[in-house]
Amino acid sequence: MLDLTGKEVKERRALRVNPCKTCQPVGAMYAALGVKRCMPHSHGSQGCCSYHRTVLSRHFKEPAIASSSSFTEGASVFGGRSNINTAVKNVFDMYDPDIIAVHTTCLSETIGDDLISYIMDMDLPEGKTVVHCNTPSYVGSHINGFFNMMMGFMNYLTKKTGTSNGKAAIFPGWVNPGDIREIKRIAIAMGVPYIMFPDQSGVLDAPMTGKYEYYTNGGTTLPEIAALGDTDQLIALGEITNIEPAELLQKKWKVPYALLPMPVGVAYTDVYIMALQKFSKQEVPYELEEQRGQLVDLLLDSHPYTSGKKAAIFGDPDVVIGLTSLCLEADIIPQYVITGTPKEEFTRKVNALLTQYNAEGCTVKANADLFELHQWIKNEPVDLLIGSTYGKQIAKAEDIPFVRAGFPVLDRYAGTLLPIVGYTGAIRLVEKITEALMDRQDRDAADEDFEIVM
Amino acid sequence: MAVTTNILEERKGSISASNRKGISCEKESVSGAVSQRACVYCGARVVLNPITDAYHIVHGPIGCASYTWDIRGSLSSGSEIYRNSFSTDLRETDIVFGGAKKLNAAIDELMEKANPAPRLIFIYATCIVGVIGDDVDAVCRDAEQRYGIRVIPVKAPGFSGTKSLGYQMACDAMLQVMRPHKTQEKRFGINILGDYNLAGEMWIIKGYFEEIGIPVISTITGDSSYDRLIQTPAATLNIVQCAGSSAYLAERMEEEMGIPYVKVSFFGMEDTSASIIRVADALGDAEISARAREFAARHTAEVMPISEKYKPRLAGKKAAIFVGGGFKAISLIRQFNELGIKTVVVGTQTGKRDEYAVIESLVDADTIVLDDANPAELEQFMLEKGADILVGGVKERPLAYKLGIAFCDHNHERKHPLAGFAGIENFIKEINLSINSPIWRFLDREETAV
Repeated sequence: MLDLTGKEVKERRALRVNPCKTCQPVGAMYAALGVKRCMPHSHGSQGCCSYHRTVLSRHFKEPAIASSSSFTEGASVFGGRSNINTAVKNVFDMYDPDIIAVHTTCLSETIGDDLISYIMDMDLPEGKTVVHCNTPSYVGSHINGFFNMMMGFMNYLTKKTGTSNGKAAIFPGWVNPGDIREIKRIAIAMGVPYIMFPDQSGVLDAPMTGKYEYYTNGGTTLPEIAALGDTDQLIALGEITNIEPAELLQKKWKVPYALLPMPVGVAYTDVYIMALQKFSKQEVPYELEEQRGQLVDLLLDSHPYTSGKKAAIFGDPDVVIGLTSLCLEADIIPQYVITGTPKEEFTRKVNALLTQYNAEGCTVKANADLFELHQWIKNEPVDLLIGSTYGKQIAKAEDIPFVRAGFPVLDRYAGTLLPIVGYTGAIRLVEKITEALMDRQDRDAADEDFEIVM
Repeated sequence: MAVTTNILEERKGSISASNRKGISCEKESVSGAVSQRACVYCGARVVLNPITDAYHIVHGPIGCASYTWDIRGSLSSGSEIYRNSFSTDLRETDIVFGGAKKLNAAIDELMEKANPAPRLIFIYATCIVGVIGDDVDAVCRDAEQRYGIRVIPVKAPGFSGTKSLGYQMACDAMLQVMRPHKTQEKRFGINILGDYNLAGEMWIIKGYFEEIGIPVISTITGDSSYDRLIQTPAATLNIVQCAGSSAYLAERMEEEMGIPYVKVSFFGMEDTSASIIRVADALGDAEISARAREFAARHTAEVMPISEKYKPRLAGKKAAIFVGGGFKAISLIRQFNELGIKTVVVGTQTGKRDEYAVIESLVDADTIVLDDANPAELEQFMLEKGADILVGGVKERPLAYKLGIAFCDHNHERKHPLAGFAGIENFIKEINLSINSPIWRFLDREETAV
């Protein structure tokens, strides 16, 4: 792999090399795992389901359950109606979820399965629900799958009773369970009653109890999803992931939304807290003020080691935007900023951010791949690489300090339990970044420059 | 312990215990089951992937390329090209207007830019390629003519069968590469089939044969390459380690190239020794046979003390096995027997009827035998039978841990060689580390309080 990447960059139109994205269904599966007593269901060949469960298991180090329609040759010719009917019956009989969340695959989309009518015609057991969303693998990326599944739940389940429940809806976007816990902690500290949707905390970071439960205590409940229509305000974190779900909730139930960046770093966490404050009209408690102060203090203390360093950042759009903002706050130059997800909105947002900090000469690209990023780095090296596990080949080949963040992280532990969002998450990131940079400085230091105090 | 019995009616034929009447296997999964199985593409890809200098292009939407990017620990002594991910990343317009043009362009881009220049390209056609009507065969044929290299189609839509069919497609693809070279002069030596060089296991086995005086001509597919593939027809004997994936290839090669084969397994003392001797005997050279016996005896004697050392800590424990193929399950049962560990649950994803017959002959009457098990069944039977350790793959690991059961990865993610005599020591140590980890103390609070 290491020799393959030449310096000479040539435009590729047909060949994707070392992708920085995957397909929609895995996003739908992850979103559905954030709903309580829900069985995600993959309507396609069983390999899809198996791959998605595997990648989720590898990232979270947790069991990830999902069922499959197990398409056969016959289904691909005559359609998957009988497969989904059998599957739904079997899943309720055997695994007894409250709800099955069906997502499609490239195959069931291409043969034109009409899930709406299949589901309408189903004879479901009392009190059980089936919802679906369309996740054609050849559109967008796994991020689309995530928000499409959110919208699937919302289309089927949300209601408006006419009476407000006095709550805010919070959409955390595609983050780890540790992030969701932090987002909740801040909301509670700000006195905001909320409905978190989806909510994988307690599901994909479940404790060891000696028992294996298909359905844990975690996840957004079905009544909570229904009640999204009665909330007074939506706070949606992750502008790219949540634009469509936010629009849907507004159009459907007139819930106004604040569409905010993923709260990574000082400024974006401030924005989240201000939105919460607007809702609860409460003073920011000392607890949060103190943490903010600690973070700023840390950025100041460590800035001699971060200032002017160049970073390459890659991953999913919202997390990359957040990480770019944090880097700029630490005076790190985001030399290359890419996502594999084909959303031009990403490029606009990152460029706007770069302009705010007068950062010049940076390359920003959506719909990019890691081979391309590697080539750029070969031509103009960076001091730091931030992104998913798939960056480790580049980091090793080019000998660059590497900080893992985003999805998937397949080769490290504990990352999904801890936040990168909020002031706490930013403190954690600054620790990881400075350790990576300073470990490198130590490693490369001549004996006479090797210092105990830094 | 009371365990609720919620086994699907359709699944009952795939589970056997006590009154055995033969298991129902080699079938499609039941719709709606949380199956641990993968698909046809997955089968084809895992077999071909270790061909290190091949360019593996996935023709389809991005997912199938993403999920198989550098997933197996198949080690290479040369090229690292196979550790990259190439695909056509089909988009909506391609679905509407067809993807053949994009595939053509992708091959052109690769030929124009790739360094080192490709000599062998595999084109994997995934689920929708056939449905949208792409003529992948024609694209490959044209590309072969245009560039004078091998461009082999692997038409592996996920829905067209089980993972086993994918193995067969991979074997057919390799046969296409070999056939033009099948008339070459024979050389004394063997091909190792069905070893993927996970954690360098193939190198260990190859080393054994070389030490005994048996040259290894080619290896399929661990640490393989285009040059090694085209040499395979020269060998005098094929040995088949993972029969599930490679028995078919061995059969075809016997028929088309006149190379006989023997099935082998290098897991555990008993099977490793027996296999080395079987291979040596098959070559019909008395001197080599004698050396093989001496070699096996010497190494067994070396490993024995290790086995004896750990036995007191392991004997009496109960094991559950859930692996891909039946042949590996058989070896594992024997290996556990050597350690005084009883196998109480054994299942495979794609075991064959004759393999299940062997399994059933090796285990006790009350041992549960499962085909294509799902987590619910694994959980139920592991708890019911009081398993102390599960041997399985990535999807089973978190399940075992959640149940408070020790675990040994005997699949793609194993980090230590588990094959050969060296593997015996690693296997015993891994089993011991997990079964006797201090972490189990914290599970039962009352116990910790002491």
